[in-house]
Formats: sequence, C-alpha cells, structure tokens
Amino acid sequence: MKKKMIATRDGFGEGLLELGRKNKKVVVLSADLTESTRASWFKAKYPGRFISCGVAEQNMISAAAGLALGGKIPFACTFGVFAAGRAWNQVSISVCYMNLNVNIAGTHCGISVGPDGATHQALEEITLMRALPNMTVVVPADALEAKKATVEAVKIPGPVYLRLTRCAVPVISKESDKFEIGRAKVIKRGKDLTIIACGNMVFEALSAARGLKKENIDVRVINMHTPKPMDKKAVIKAARETGAIVTCEEHTVYGGLGSAVAEIVSQNCPVPLKMIGIDNQFGQSGSNEELMNFYKLTSEDIKLAVKRLLKKK
Amino acid sequence: MSKKRPDIKKLEARAVEIREDVLNMLSKAGSGHTGGSLSLVELLLTLYFYEMRHNPDSPEWDKRDKFILSKGHGCPALYAVLADAGYFPREWLWTLRKMGSRLQGHPQKDVSMGIEASTGSLGQGLSIACGLALSARLDSNKAVRTYCLMGDGELQEGQVWEAAMMAVHYKLDNLCAIVDWNKLQIDGWVKDVMSIEPLSKKWKAFGWEVFEADGHNFESIMEAFDKAGGIKGKPAIILAHTIKGKGVSFIENQAGWHGIAPKKDELKRALEELRKG
Repeated sequence: MKKKMIATRDGFGEGLLELGRKNKKVVVLSADLTESTRASWFKAKYPGRFISCGVAEQNMISAAAGLALGGKIPFACTFGVFAAGRAWNQVSISVCYMNLNVNIAGTHCGISVGPDGATHQALEEITLMRALPNMTVVVPADALEAKKATVEAVKIPGPVYLRLTRCAVPVISKESDKFEIGRAKVIKRGKDLTIIACGNMVFEALSAARGLKKENIDVRVINMHTPKPMDKKAVIKAARETGAIVTCEEHTVYGGLGSAVAEIVSQNCPVPLKMIGIDNQFGQSGSNEELMNFYKLTSEDIKLAVKRLLKKK
Repeated sequence: MSKKRPDIKKLEARAVEIREDVLNMLSKAGSGHTGGSLSLVELLLTLYFYEMRHNPDSPEWDKRDKFILSKGHGCPALYAVLADAGYFPREWLWTLRKMGSRLQGHPQKDVSMGIEASTGSLGQGLSIACGLALSARLDSNKAVRTYCLMGDGELQEGQVWEAAMMAVHYKLDNLCAIVDWNKLQIDGWVKDVMSIEPLSKKWKAFGWEVFEADGHNFESIMEAFDKAGGIKGKPAIILAHTIKGKGVSFIENQAGWHGIAPKKDELKRALEELRKG
C-alpha cells in the first residue's frame, strides 16, 4: 500500500492559505525562513499581512504578542530550535503569561531534518513548550492533520505551538477524518498493549503494530497529536484495557510525549511503560533513514520494544 | 500639535504626591524597586496628563494610545499614576506585591486597570510596542500611537536592538520610545557594568529620530513629546536624563537602592524631605 508522501510543513502552508482567505485578522511573521516554513505561500497571496522579521526570533515572538494585543491572530514561523530554544523566555512572558492567541510554527523538528546536523535538529521543544502554562502543543502526524491543526489553532484563545517537519511523511489520515485539538485518535484497535505516538512516529507505530499482528500480538495505536493538553481519558483507558504502553516520539524522552504519558499513567493506573525517543543525545548529520536507524526510531525498534515490554506485563 | 499644556505647578505638586505614594507603597510591601520608580515619575505624569489620548472611564476604548512599561520594575510609579488618573481606587496601592493583589511585583496585563502588557523580563517591551504599532497600521488606525518606556540598563538586552531595527524597517512613526536614562543599574554605574555609549549615536545609526530631555522637567519633556509627535517616516526616541531615586537625597544616585524598599525610619525621613521640597 503506497502512501502519498508530504511534509507536515506543507500542510501548515496550506492551512495558512485557508486562514488567509477566511480570516482577515490572521497575520504571518517569519524570521528569515519564509520558504522553509512555507510561510511563503501566505506571503505570495497576502503580502500586506506578512511581516518579515529577519534573523531575530526574540523580537519576532514579542512583536507577535504585540500584534495579538492589537487584535490580530499572528503565526510566528521559524525552525523549532529557534522558536523554543532561542526565544523561550519571550514565548513564556510575552505570549503565555498574557495568554495571547499567538500561534508558533516550529518546522524542521526532530532528527529527520537530516544533513543540517545537531544545531538545526529540534529535539526538546515538546518539553520546553509543554512546561509553559496556557500553552497548547500540537504535533501533527501527517500533512492533512497539519493543515487541520493550523486552521483549528486560531480557535484556541491562548497560544499554540505546532511542531512540524521538513521531511515528507506518509499521509495516513483522510480528508474526511475529524481532527480536534486535545482529542486523541485511536487509529488501530488492540488489546495486548498500546503504542502512543506523535508526529511522524505515528506511521512507524502503525507499521510496527501491523507487523506484530502477523505474530498474533494485538496492539492498539493512539495518535496523540496533542501532547498538551493531553487526552487523559484515552491514556487511562489504554492503560486499563491493554495493561502496557510504549510511547514513540522523534524527540528527547526527557519531558516529552513519553513523560507526559507517564505522568498520567503513574498517577492514575500504573502499568509497564517504555519510552522510545532520543535518550540524552544531540543529533548529527546524516540521511533521514540513517539517523532514524541510528537513534532506534524505526518500526523494527518499536516491535522489539513491544515484545520486551509484553514480558513484563 | 495643539494639545493643551497643563499647569506645571500642579504637575509638580502631583509629582511630589506620586513619590510619596511610591515610597509608602514600597515600604508597606517591604520590597520592590525604589530608585527606578522615583526616576520616571515626571515621564509618566507627562504621558498620562499631557501626551496620551486615553480614557480611564473607558480603559478599552479602541482609539486609545497604548503605553508599555518595558522596565516593569518601575511599576510602583505606574500604579500610583494610574490610580491618580482614575483607573482604579487608591486603596489598591497598599496591596502592592501582596498575595492575591492585582498590583503584582511586575505589571501583569489587565487593560481594565490600564495595564496593556505584562512586562518585567527586560528587553521585550519595545518588541511588543512594535507589534502594537504594526497592528494599528494594519487597521489604518492613524490616530493611535504606541509608547514604550525602557530603562538604560535594559538597553544592554540584545532584543532591544532587534526591535530597534524592526521599528525603522517598518517606518513606525506611530511609535515613540522613551529611555529613563538614570545611569545606574543593579551592579552599579551603567558605564562600569557595560557601557551603552554613545547612546544617542547608536539610536541615530539605527535610523531613529533622537531627542534628549531633562526627565525631571515637565517643560522639557513636553517639548520632546511635541517634537517626537511630528516625526514622519521613522520612529522617535526620547532619551530622558534622570536621577535614580530622584527626590530623596539619601536614595539619589545609589545603586544599592535599586531593589530595596525603605524601612520605617527611612520612609519617615524621605517623606519629610519630599514635603519640604
């Protein structure tokens, strides 16, 4: 079954176009990464509502806050490393403390950026953004979800961080699928164990689950596209019904999706849990495939983890 | 500009009252920033009683000018001026820094009481002001102006200069920055901690129209605002020479008074001195 391959940043770009058409309040800011973040699509169509900020992310984030105070709905676009890392205090004080409708798009997230190496591979933003009060964090699994998430983000009165990727990922959802920020999607039913994944790891998780089915292991897969606020009910239900959880993220396991799941599971319904992600390491240059193999983020790695964890059940 | 000039004598009397309020507030709170609150009293009074179009009875009026206190630690003076202007009851002043108070240690956005933005993490105010000025421009709201008051030590933050670039790039002539240039910061004299000189030349080089004023002289401040208001095609900045701790001899020009509040005996001496003039 050949899936269409599209980067989530492209879905974001399309979402911005739709918003540009529908909502005059929407403005887009970019820190010299206009083409890379696909803000360029909006810029071409709505140049009067595009604000070029140069390589100055801190100013961009606070200026976005000012625009929101003035009644606009800004999208600030840059790479995830800069949005969350360089401008974190601005995101915290200018945006989250005032609980403004500022939407931040971080593209080129995860190691799958590839050859650019460690300086450009955002591996910590789920942790950093999740820690901030009022912030919503969304990690779309494919381009269709990214488009829907972009359009939905403006309806949330407070800030939203969209974690997006540069590399093309398989489109696993359908145009007609309902997408609601904060509502997890069970994309495969199962009773032996649950894999909770976000972003491009959802596809890997699904592949692993399908492979395991052939070995008579019945795995549930949850697309947790919103690490914050997390769909607590879906997590507790999965823990109760399947008794074991594997989390998958292209991100550090320190404070990311896995940690968020563990916070819920450990305090409500403790079950064996394994976190798949980057473990206390920086990224490096390489092809997408090489890096996913090196950091053990493939469906084969997930299958192995599932089998090991099932023994602890 | 045809703004009505207020009675200077009355403003001067008001400045004394605001300083008294500030000292009383800080003393009651038992902590806070005394020096940098006393240095910006005349600047704030000129903004709220001369320069800005605003309406305390209708704080969310969509044609109001916007003020951002980027040096958020100077908020005791802002609170006192806002109360004086009628934004909220004076009794609130005595709750400064107390649990549950709307008068937080650094300003927390609450437009209903005249506070446009949360500030206190230095260097962010001018960027926020740029966003507000851009927003007014997108709305073709030509009447609305945005003002941003910064400290001089604050200008060491790199973000200030990112915003300085943006304001000129977008020709934000609806934006006016003010620097409370009191020459001191927590660690000592600005020139010793990390020099910001040549300050006027720096802003000019970035493309701003620069004015200097005596930040404790109402005539001088009003004249600077009048000139700044007439600038077209670029933002203006007023570098206001001030004295940290202005009005109380033993607090003036003392870096040590940056982040402490007067004790009871100090408050008594300070108030006596202020009343004597």
